[in-house]
Amino acid sequence: MNEVLARGADRKHDDDALPEKDGADAQSHENAPAHQSKRHDSAHLHVAGRAPYTDDLPEPPGTLHAYLGLSTIANGRIESIDLEAVRAQPDVEAVITADDLGHNDASAWQIGDEPFLTSGKVGFLGQPVFMVVATSRNAARRACRHAKIAYAEDTPILDVDQAREAGGRTVIDGMTLERGDADAALANAPRTLSGTMLIGGQDHFYLEGQIAFAVPGEDGTMIVYSSTQHPSETQMLVAHALHRPAAMVTLEVRRMGGAFGGKESQANLFAALAAFAADRLGAPVKIRPDRDDDMVATGKRHDFRADYEIGFDDEGGIHGVKFTYAARCGFSADLSGPVTDRALFHCDNTYYWPAVKAVSQPLFTNTVSNTAFRGFGGPQGMVGAERVIEEVAFATGLDPLEVRRRNFYGEGERNLTPYHQTVEDFVLPRIVDELLESSDYEARRQAIRQTNRDANGFKRRGIALTPVKFGISFTASHLNQAGALVHIYTDGSIHLNHGGTEMGQGLNTKVAQVVAAVFGVPLEQVRITATSTGKVPNTSATAASSGADLNGMAAKLAAETIRQRLVDFAVAEHGVPAEQVVFRDGQVQIGNREVGFAELVEEAYTARISLSSTGYYRTPKIHWDRASGRGHPFYYFAYGAAVSEVEIDTLTGEYTVERVDILHETGNSLNPAIDIGQIEGGFAQGMGWLTTEELVWDEKGRLLTHAPSTYKIPLASDMPRQFNVALAEWSRAHEPTVFRSKAVGEPPFMLAISVLHALSDAVASVADYTICPRLDAPATPEHILMTIERLRADSKTAN
Amino acid sequence: MTSLTINGKAVELEVDPRTTLLDALREHLKLTGSKKGCDHGQCGACTVLLDGERVNSCLVLFAGCDGQDVTTIEGLKDGDELGAMQRAFVSHDAFQCGYCTPGQICSAVATLKEVERGDASAVTADDGDIHLTRLEVQERMSGNICRCGAYNNIVDAVMETGGAALQTEAAE
Repeated sequence: MNEVLARGADRKHDDDALPEKDGADAQSHENAPAHQSKRHDSAHLHVAGRAPYTDDLPEPPGTLHAYLGLSTIANGRIESIDLEAVRAQPDVEAVITADDLGHNDASAWQIGDEPFLTSGKVGFLGQPVFMVVATSRNAARRACRHAKIAYAEDTPILDVDQAREAGGRTVIDGMTLERGDADAALANAPRTLSGTMLIGGQDHFYLEGQIAFAVPGEDGTMIVYSSTQHPSETQMLVAHALHRPAAMVTLEVRRMGGAFGGKESQANLFAALAAFAADRLGAPVKIRPDRDDDMVATGKRHDFRADYEIGFDDEGGIHGVKFTYAARCGFSADLSGPVTDRALFHCDNTYYWPAVKAVSQPLFTNTVSNTAFRGFGGPQGMVGAERVIEEVAFATGLDPLEVRRRNFYGEGERNLTPYHQTVEDFVLPRIVDELLESSDYEARRQAIRQTNRDANGFKRRGIALTPVKFGISFTASHLNQAGALVHIYTDGSIHLNHGGTEMGQGLNTKVAQVVAAVFGVPLEQVRITATSTGKVPNTSATAASSGADLNGMAAKLAAETIRQRLVDFAVAEHGVPAEQVVFRDGQVQIGNREVGFAELVEEAYTARISLSSTGYYRTPKIHWDRASGRGHPFYYFAYGAAVSEVEIDTLTGEYTVERVDILHETGNSLNPAIDIGQIEGGFAQGMGWLTTEELVWDEKGRLLTHAPSTYKIPLASDMPRQFNVALAEWSRAHEPTVFRSKAVGEPPFMLAISVLHALSDAVASVADYTICPRLDAPATPEHILMTIERLRADSKTAN
Repeated sequence: MTSLTINGKAVELEVDPRTTLLDALREHLKLTGSKKGCDHGQCGACTVLLDGERVNSCLVLFAGCDGQDVTTIEGLKDGDELGAMQRAFVSHDAFQCGYCTPGQICSAVATLKEVERGDASAVTADDGDIHLTRLEVQERMSGNICRCGAYNNIVDAVMETGGAALQTEAAE
């Protein structure tokens, strides 16, 4: 790289590559700098406080601030709205209600079940009713308190049981997956049992809350800086709210301070309302709810009630399973259809159900409309599958791990999923075998059983191994497409843009590594730029773990298009065969001649060769028919497994996670350090979901857990005392993904199911492992204690 | 009028007396490195050093800082270079989205000082000396939420920086 480029890189540190960790593929030089542990592209900015998020952008003079007034009942109608006192507050510039909005449909698919601002029906407590715009955020926020709204209040339907009692209205039709005759399998099985599991929801608690900043431009155009995972959808909804063509609206996202699915659809309302106010008032408008309002007014992970019936034999073989997964969806559909679908897609996890019927019930409730959250229903489905295994283990007296292995998918047989896709890449047994050895599972399990039997005190330990198989692709097949834009300037520097958004997952770094690999240049030569609907249009949400798979491939194709032009030019210019033009280490080998990359680029420019290209990728092979419940919805599966050991205090229900061992595969990892970070972080977030994060609503539908004071997210002190995380180095995607890497965003989240099962194992010790604890999630200390007491009472009755 | 020192510079500013230190930094002084996560003093994203001690700047009134010395993430540089803790966060990949990072780093710098002067924590043994163990760092950093879950690497970065500082001290 020349001196000018090095200066332009503005990266004053000497540790560009991170130290290699366990499992990192240090040997890989092919396709460098892909497969190397490069640090996050914004690392030097993050640690210096110089990485601007939307709220940090300079505000042009005259910027106004908006704040939302929320409903105070969960179900009913607004009879009257008196906002005169609000308008009279100091520094208030405008008050906007539904009557002002010409187009008032916030639903992504424009199905009319969710307004930006409601004026009639109230669907949940915390629903936006009006918006105040003032010269300061504080003034707008204070003014909201002066609204006088009269309601005709009805009894709210708050949870799954109430929704079923009220007739089981759904927000969208449920789905059924069926293979074989589950009823016959249950009837003919030597043994059967049935049960129910409650699986809690989860707040995203992205550290950066929802925010949008709309700046009007000339002639009715609008640029919106939004913390959104789905810029194209946000752009469309802004255009709808403004009654303007999408071409007049540009959405830009440089980075988000976390998203986790919570900004896939939930950012739309804030962006659209900010843009509406900015357009009406002719001034830039920023909107940012405070943390409490953010938690009350935006959707969360769906909580589920899973009912199951199992037919099995004394050897732990499962003959048939029936599931009903009922979800609290809230007052509108939002993404509840695909979320509950994905729960069913994971009701098998890594197990072959010889006969299976799984039904989803996406239930209407008077609660906030639940939405995407890392795993997208998959974790809830998988937790149900693991409960089935646990039930069979306790019923037969076998080690749960033995039951798991007995029912794993097979190779060449027993490999058809409940949705009739064949599992072709089942590498899980190898992962489990290697993890058993590295974690010393068997010996530790024996020791724990012995220690628990001999224990005099109140502490008991538990251990569990749980596997993960997660389907990769959007189940709405059309979303599996992506675009990218690559320019090379005449000094050899490369400008990269793609449709994905950066939320901390290192997507930009990975995609830049891919582009640098194609041109054989140092990573610093590739400049990553903010995601913009003006550069790459009609993008899909950065979701479903697909960011690097889709955008990495699109960027690779764009870069390869330009590289091919450079090769053709070199071939014509120098009369060498194409295979003698090689891009490596910032140089281009052309036969016996070596030129700098920038030199070749300059020559190509002079010869009038285009140095810019788009790239476009669509995932092959996938198709899905929801009505028949058959197809090939996933391009491939990602696998991993975890062993967790916990210690519980049987007097208080409190616990610590003592040790966790993880072996996870990400194919030929694009960036081992980033992947290990995703695995550790996903595990932590999954552990929070299944242990301490409990959402509580009162009987009026008021969310009581709306700040970190009442909603307990894992802290540094909650992390496992010993945490061993490794990538399966041998793993390669069996499909031609980008450099044979695999997706990593969501799958590790579900490794934390091992913590729930380790807790269950520890709890089971109080009844000498004779009763399945049926420990529901989240397993808060309170729930652990209640389960212990139930088991003790039941074991006395049994004796 | 409040007079104080921020990142080594004398600052005089008059704001509404209800203004928090965080809002004064972000909205009036354009020091946007400190982040607003919860505005309740519970997430730690706004952590800064006030007379060398870590505080949640969302819980401190700016007007009450008269005559005090404030260090924010922007002030932790070592000349033109990143400071030691900042470098360690880079080399250990101790963040993902980066939003909690300024608060984590300010908190980490103060943590090392607290350990050095012998402040006990909830996990310090009753009779024991205080050592910079993982358990101590995990406990002492538990006021800073990282929703991305980069804790493992954060603890590594703090341990390494603490270890390096102790070695320098021993050599002197």
